[in-house]
Amino acid sequence: MQQEVVLAMLAKEPSHGYQLRARLRGALGPLGDAMNAGQIYVVLARLEKAGLVESERSATVADRADRKMYALTPTGQQRVAEWLAEVGWPKPDLAEFHLKLVAAASAGLADPLTIVDTQRRELLRRLRDAQRAAMAEPERSDAALLLEGIVLGLQADLRWLEACEQSWIGRRSGS
Amino acid sequence: MSDADDASVLQARGLRKHYGTGEGLVRAVDGVDLDVSAGETVAVMGPSGCGKSTLLHLLGGLDRPSGGEVWLAERRIDQIGEKALARMRRTDVGFVFQAFHLMEELTVVENVELPALLAGRPPRAARRRAAELLERVGLADRASFLPSALSGGQLQRVAIARGLSNGPLVIFADEPTGNLDSAATLDVLRLFESLHEAGQTLVIVTHDARIAATADRMISMRDGAFVDETKLTGGTRGNLGALAGLEG
Repeated sequence: MQQEVVLAMLAKEPSHGYQLRARLRGALGPLGDAMNAGQIYVVLARLEKAGLVESERSATVADRADRKMYALTPTGQQRVAEWLAEVGWPKPDLAEFHLKLVAAASAGLADPLTIVDTQRRELLRRLRDAQRAAMAEPERSDAALLLEGIVLGLQADLRWLEACEQSWIGRRSGS
Repeated sequence: MSDADDASVLQARGLRKHYGTGEGLVRAVDGVDLDVSAGETVAVMGPSGCGKSTLLHLLGGLDRPSGGEVWLAERRIDQIGEKALARMRRTDVGFVFQAFHLMEELTVVENVELPALLAGRPPRAARRRAAELLERVGLADRASFLPSALSGGQLQRVAIARGLSNGPLVIFADEPTGNLDSAATLDVLRLFESLHEAGQTLVIVTHDARIAATADRMISMRDGAFVDETKLTGGTRGNLGALAGLEG
């Protein structure tokens, strides 16, 4: 699991590990079932070591690892902001991008639609390049066929972005 | 014009189109400002219902706005009379629609020459011009066919030739590839590209990313307003090989 995903899930508010897991499972649905329960603590430990996260043991509850409360450090916050603005290359990882939108919205860090627009700009540029290359090839050439595959793949990515856009517009207007 | 750019062939200022009243009020187009330079290809993209088709109709004089201004080559067109507007539509702009809108009972060349005839050109000149345009869209050999004998991609190329008939200042296209398969789409894109190279101004509304990707400028529209604008002419960060699974 990507460290940034865990970081971003923390951006909303300081949380326990199990809360982060619940948030991820909520956002990922059945795809989140594959997540190993211990994995999140491994990532959290790594993030803490890197100074991106700090933890505090709740005094009220018994001494269990689960009762640690995690929060972002200023460096961690900065890393989350950078991650939200980044555009994936060569292909956007679907789950990562999806979690970006979820995290940005729940923590109020960025407008998911702005993230969609940024991603779309980048994909359109790639589509433009691929299409120009395709148009320059003679019809029915081997090269044109491979380029068409790239074009169709980018179109599919862009169509999913459209679905993201529609969904987040709907949530924003509360319909 | 107030802050007119000299090279601007089409402008909109505070353009609005509202339907209904009270609770049922729909702001199909809600405060759009647009400047299109001569020779530019602009794509307006957005989900269905975002108002992009309505916008195109307002810009092309097919419909009247509820407010705001439309200027075509230094002339304000949103308030001119019906007759002048009809003349403007015949001679100054060309339209391309998703469903081609060709006359089924006329041959290809007759369809293409129709706007010139309606504009009062002599029949011979109109026919000559139509033949040239069919040559340009690669369909000279289909001139005497009926539309029913042509493929979707060919029909759209005929419709584009017809749109060019009177040498329009701007071609407006509404989902021009909406009914086309992948190969026919590429043909239409190639044609748009050649028109662009010849200096034709194009305004295209679409949700086909492939069209938007060939434009000079892509505008995203949501809920009747422009929300994002991109010049796509800059290069990408990586190479295309990475998208095909090749190492960069």
